Amino acid sequence: MGVIVLLIIVSVVVAGGFLIAFLWSVKTGQMEDDYTPSVRILFDTEVKLTANRAIKKKK
Amino acid sequence: MPQHCYHCGVDCDDSILWNDKVFCCSGCKLVYQLLDENGLCQYYDLTDMPGMTAKGHFVSDKYNYLDNEAIQEQLIQFKQGDQAHVVFYLPQIHCVSCVWLLENLHKINPGIIQSQTHFEKKEIKVVYQPSLITLKELVQLLAFVGYAPVIHLGGNDWLKKKKVNKKQLFKIGIAGFCFSNIMMLSFPEYLSNNAVELGNLRVFFIYINLLLSLPVLIYSASDFFISAYTGLRQKWLNIDAPIALAIAVTFSRSVYEIVTQTGAGYLDSMSGIVFFMLIGRWFQDKSYDSFAFDRDYTSFFPLGVTVIQDGNEINKPLAELTKGERLLIKSEEMIPADSLLISNGALVDYSFVSGENAPIEVMKGALVYAGGIQKGRAIQLEVVKPVGQSYITELWNSPLLKSEKNAEKSFVHPWSQYFTIILFAIAISSGIYWSIYDTSKIMPAVTAVLIVACPCSLLLTVTFTYGNVLRWLGKSKFYCKNASVIEAIDKIDTIVFDKTGTLTNHAETQLAYDGVPLSNNEMLAIKSITKESLHPLSQLIAQYYFSKVDGVVEVNKIENFIGKGTKANCGDFEVLIGSASFLASNHVYANQQKEGSVVCLAINNQFKGLYKVNHTYRKGISTVADHLKNSGFQLHLLSGDHPTEKNNLIQILGADVTLLFEQSPEDKLNYIQQLQSQGRKVMMVGDGLNDAGALQKSNVGIAVTDQSHLFTPASDAILAGEQMSVLDELINYAKKAKLIIILIFSLSIIYNIVGMYFATSAQLSPMVAAILMPISSISIVALSALLSFLFSSTIRSKN
Repeated sequence: MGVIVLLIIVSVVVAGGFLIAFLWSVKTGQMEDDYTPSVRILFDTEVKLTANRAIKKKK
Repeated sequence: MPQHCYHCGVDCDDSILWNDKVFCCSGCKLVYQLLDENGLCQYYDLTDMPGMTAKGHFVSDKYNYLDNEAIQEQLIQFKQGDQAHVVFYLPQIHCVSCVWLLENLHKINPGIIQSQTHFEKKEIKVVYQPSLITLKELVQLLAFVGYAPVIHLGGNDWLKKKKVNKKQLFKIGIAGFCFSNIMMLSFPEYLSNNAVELGNLRVFFIYINLLLSLPVLIYSASDFFISAYTGLRQKWLNIDAPIALAIAVTFSRSVYEIVTQTGAGYLDSMSGIVFFMLIGRWFQDKSYDSFAFDRDYTSFFPLGVTVIQDGNEINKPLAELTKGERLLIKSEEMIPADSLLISNGALVDYSFVSGENAPIEVMKGALVYAGGIQKGRAIQLEVVKPVGQSYITELWNSPLLKSEKNAEKSFVHPWSQYFTIILFAIAISSGIYWSIYDTSKIMPAVTAVLIVACPCSLLLTVTFTYGNVLRWLGKSKFYCKNASVIEAIDKIDTIVFDKTGTLTNHAETQLAYDGVPLSNNEMLAIKSITKESLHPLSQLIAQYYFSKVDGVVEVNKIENFIGKGTKANCGDFEVLIGSASFLASNHVYANQQKEGSVVCLAINNQFKGLYKVNHTYRKGISTVADHLKNSGFQLHLLSGDHPTEKNNLIQILGADVTLLFEQSPEDKLNYIQQLQSQGRKVMMVGDGLNDAGALQKSNVGIAVTDQSHLFTPASDAILAGEQMSVLDELINYAKKAKLIIILIFSLSIIYNIVGMYFATSAQLSPMVAAILMPISSISIVALSALLSFLFSSTIRSKN
């Protein structure tokens, strides 16, 4: 029965991890725009690679 | 066979071809070529005909002022080394292709490092290298592909956009996490019937619950405590006071029970209710990102203007203009400051500023006012007053506008005062009852009462209902700034309308010809002549004949007399078009009664007839006026225009409506003030700068717009022009919000009564509380959504 204590602690820690992920995503501004990412999904990935290459070239 | 431009979709013939594709103009073709060269033709694959029509919109020296460093400072958000960030508002963003193209601009110009769009706000954030591309070139590129940014004097909205949302989301996240975990950890407590076997485990669960409830109390619920405290300091019992009390009592009692080991506490109910209420507040705070409700004149004025200094044309920021400077204002540009006209003549359109429908001819040496738009050819002006002191901007300094608008007090607050009184009454009477019968039950009963009868249900009802109502109104293109606008609408008893642009549609002016019938050749001649003129009335005439006769004939001689009219020879005809006095000076006398804006026509020295400019009123205005009057509203009309439309308006609105004409912006403001001093609650419906003062002063200011990206003055709500015909239904629906709240709250009182029974009889176990709380919250949310939907049928059917 004592193992429940361990289990609960672990589950709360894991849940806490998700909470931290949520708080981090809000902090970095991912929640500010909830529509445009859904539009961006429609683009070909080829475009994204080119953009990344372009950025890398600048550096 | 009618074809569509491959780029913008406009009807065209196949005169302009490229790559087997048809274009309406060379502008569209050029954009296509640019995209093709850079491998960006996916633009056309994602959406059909996604482009903006390029006809004549791209003017190359329009953005010269962006070379000025002071102006660049205002626009660039961030600059370090060779990287600059800038944010622009692009109202043309409307589809997937727009997003795609704008995020691929780096393919066209390597100076652009990255560009990211925000679809709902219609914004683009560009990171670029100033050494490779200047700000002006960037804006020119955007304008070229069809997305000309709207740049204005009023600083940039990105500075003002609130970042408060993050805190709200943090609080919700933490409250949700703690609530669900506490609930889970409380189940053993409920389901084990206080069996002693749990022993240490029970203690363990209880203390974890206590630990988890601390962030909820201290962080997530902090807003309630702060707001209650602030309210109490001002001796005002707002809705957060009983809520803060309930939370505090619940927590204290729980801690007491845990420490004395007499119970498990009510921490799950407490954290749950905090969670639901925070969601309610978030739901109510629905904001419309692509609209701006706080614009003043600076959002209308351009950033820079062309100044003539020692014979050179330089660009200067508007703020630096001084008295005596010479300005060069081109066609369709706005006059930024009160000035004297140096050129021979000008044609200024003040419709946005004063509401006058027809442009005014201005003589050399006369004063022109800021806010007018020059319609004729380029003119030179000499500044008389700096921008901040012009006639129109002075309006914002009026002492009448200083007082605070609509303090954020909800109608619920009187209710919450009664609620708190009743609550205390019940708590005290149950305390007295138990003090007689069983003193051990006093504390449990009194605290239970305070826990269960949580005014939380009132707050939940209010927030979710307002949130729903806001959204339904928004779907009908009536965008309110926030929830307090809905309450303010409920109290309105008087409505004041503006005429130009509000009751009439700016984009639709009709012409009517009244006179001797004309032959085809005569009509052709008139059409060819008026086509050449820049005068908007002439253009209207040309358009009028566009559908009646085809083609153009050559015009032999044409003389434009600014302020009077046009004299031209075309074929066999000598045509005179202009004011009656112009015709008279050429010895042709009009023999018809004329009133209002008319243009007289004479051919070969014979008077033929008049063209009357008819203002098209929006459809359904008459019905709306009738319904509003029947609902008990008092209607008024204030117009900046001349009283030519008086009879028409009496017919449309009815004889019992007060009509006032030639009202200056200040007159309108004063009129509202006058009505308010009579104790009336006024709603102003207007558009344009000339209504800005009145919109601010009124209890509810509604700005009417046909194109949302154009300037809308500071208002409480923005209404799409086409929805003016359902204004009465929209107001009715907004008023229903109060009814919905009362209905739902009455129903929730039933739960409260059940809970009260348990509470006053000191039988409130944590389990009962934990069951009641979610049932009541969820049912409130569901009922709110359902009732808002049902009542919205009146506004939905008209969509």
